[in-house]
Amino acid sequence: MNRKPDYLTHAVLALGVVLFALPVWLVLAGSTQESEAITRGDLSLIPHLSGLPRYWQVLTEGTRGAEPVWHMLAISSAMALCIALGKITISILSAYAVVFFRFPLRKLAFWSIFVTLMLPVEVRIIPTYSVMAQFGLINTFTGLWVPLIASATATLLFRQVFVAIPDELVEAARMDGAGPLRFLRDIVIPVSGANIAALFVILFVYGWNQYLWPLLVATDPSLDTIVIGLVKMIGIDSDTDWAAVMATAVMALLPPVAVVVLMQRWFVAGLTEGEK
Amino acid sequence: MATLELNGLRKRFGDTQVLRQIDLSLTDGEMLVIVGASGCGKSTLLRLVAGLETPTAGTVRLDGRDITQLDPSARDIAMVFQNYALYPHFSVFDNMAYGLRIRGLSKAAIQARVDAAAAMLGLGDLLTRKPRQLSGGQRQRVAMGRAIVREPKLFLFDEPLSNLDAKLRVQMRAEIRRLQRRLGITSLYVTHDQVEAMTLGDRLLVMHEGRPAQLATPMEVFEQPADTYVASFIGAPAMNFLPAILTEHGAAARLDAGPTIRFTDGPRAGPEGMALTLGIRPEHLTVGDPQLRVQVDLIEPLGSETLIHGHLPTAGAPPMVIKVAGRAPASEAIAVGIQAEHLHVFNRETGMRKAPGA
Repeated sequence: MNRKPDYLTHAVLALGVVLFALPVWLVLAGSTQESEAITRGDLSLIPHLSGLPRYWQVLTEGTRGAEPVWHMLAISSAMALCIALGKITISILSAYAVVFFRFPLRKLAFWSIFVTLMLPVEVRIIPTYSVMAQFGLINTFTGLWVPLIASATATLLFRQVFVAIPDELVEAARMDGAGPLRFLRDIVIPVSGANIAALFVILFVYGWNQYLWPLLVATDPSLDTIVIGLVKMIGIDSDTDWAAVMATAVMALLPPVAVVVLMQRWFVAGLTEGEK
Repeated sequence: MATLELNGLRKRFGDTQVLRQIDLSLTDGEMLVIVGASGCGKSTLLRLVAGLETPTAGTVRLDGRDITQLDPSARDIAMVFQNYALYPHFSVFDNMAYGLRIRGLSKAAIQARVDAAAAMLGLGDLLTRKPRQLSGGQRQRVAMGRAIVREPKLFLFDEPLSNLDAKLRVQMRAEIRRLQRRLGITSLYVTHDQVEAMTLGDRLLVMHEGRPAQLATPMEVFEQPADTYVASFIGAPAMNFLPAILTEHGAAARLDAGPTIRFTDGPRAGPEGMALTLGIRPEHLTVGDPQLRVQVDLIEPLGSETLIHGHLPTAGAPPMVIKVAGRAPASEAIAVGIQAEHLHVFNRETGMRKAPGA
């Protein structure tokens, strides 16, 4: 095929790439330059290799008024992981109950889960805080993630996945003598592997980006997540160390990107060879 | 080594009576084929035996033991599903071994049983493959292997061949029959395909609207259908039906279309002028005999034989199909004679067969 290149399409694509990539590139370049230069507006588009040691410094020592970045990264990673795994566990169990079991008020249970979709986190944040306070979970790591693991969206998604499992497969497992838990472990979860992987990526990023709840529930600096830390580093006064902020921002980007890249391979493979 | 006995089995879903009354008993090693149109309750019957549904009334006894209320896994029954229902993420070996693992068999015993079944089914080289890497026929074999390794008392087949192409179906049909004979395991086989029903079963249960319409050997069902439904369901193309009345004191029937045919197998009881339906299969009509005149609508050459679709010249007459060997005469109307010795006589009111003397 000898076709004339489509210049217009490529121009639009290039524009899109620049639009998305330029801010990230600016942060990357800025993180290696002097804060004073950034404040003056002399931000160069070319990173200075001489600024690279700043990363190590920020990572291990942190800047004024903030924890070292490694610690905040660890807190964020642990929190995002707990939220993602917690959400997946809870929604698999509830979707499993709703799809495969006949019990009284099943429809009601399903619809109550469905209705909570319409309540954003912010609406229930005060009652949630009150409950956490009564459990004594304010300023604890548990308090950071436990209230965030219920998920109507994930439950609905798993419901759709489970509904698509053929009845005959369920019956074959019954004839083979698989009980409910065994069926869940041996058949349902492996068969839904690709969906679980895809959802894990989305939920990990969701957990990583949490801001409002960690801000409320944990005032102890040792529980600062990377997102909270970043905001704290941008002081109200003018002596913000912008280079350090940018270096931190770059490092804050890396774990979610790593999760997306690693898991994507896995769930794309799962999707292409998958067959119910 | 098992007998199956169904007593007064009924099933109702809400207001719909799906199975009205089923009494059935299978001897050891017998293959009984349940056949009927979709919605006749044949699959429900199978699921009741499997334990996937609970009957509204009646009992299921396997080898004398009442299993009506038992869980499917406790029944010692294995089932082959229409869509194979293989576990997509398990290898062929694991698919067959899964039920045995749950039952707690030793690794060595599982290995031995799966290997034996795989050898029997020609799956030896495929044990590490996943179901998606198999063809339809191979998947079907794995599904059978999964049933065989269980060494159950009873096999259930739920239309196992209907997802295969025609050629493979013929091949697998013979294979199923051979395997079942060799293993000697009592089997219930559900199908809507009358060829499968005729070739596979020791006995045939024709079901109609939740009731058993006839239970007999395939040849009996074919030669002496119990009613007009069975007569039209078994045999392809379907039997022709002609309205007639009883005459000559029960010794003959006069067709509404004109001619009178004397029964060759003895007189029927009943008042003169009783409404009858005469059944005659397409292959039992002779072209060239001037008994009936048939308007030809369509000719279907099948190679070795030809089907002539037509109807009697009277207004509103039912369609007729005639099967002739070789080529069909090319004309718009043909003379057709009925071979009286192959005539089936039914009571028009009830649809039931009228045997000689009855």
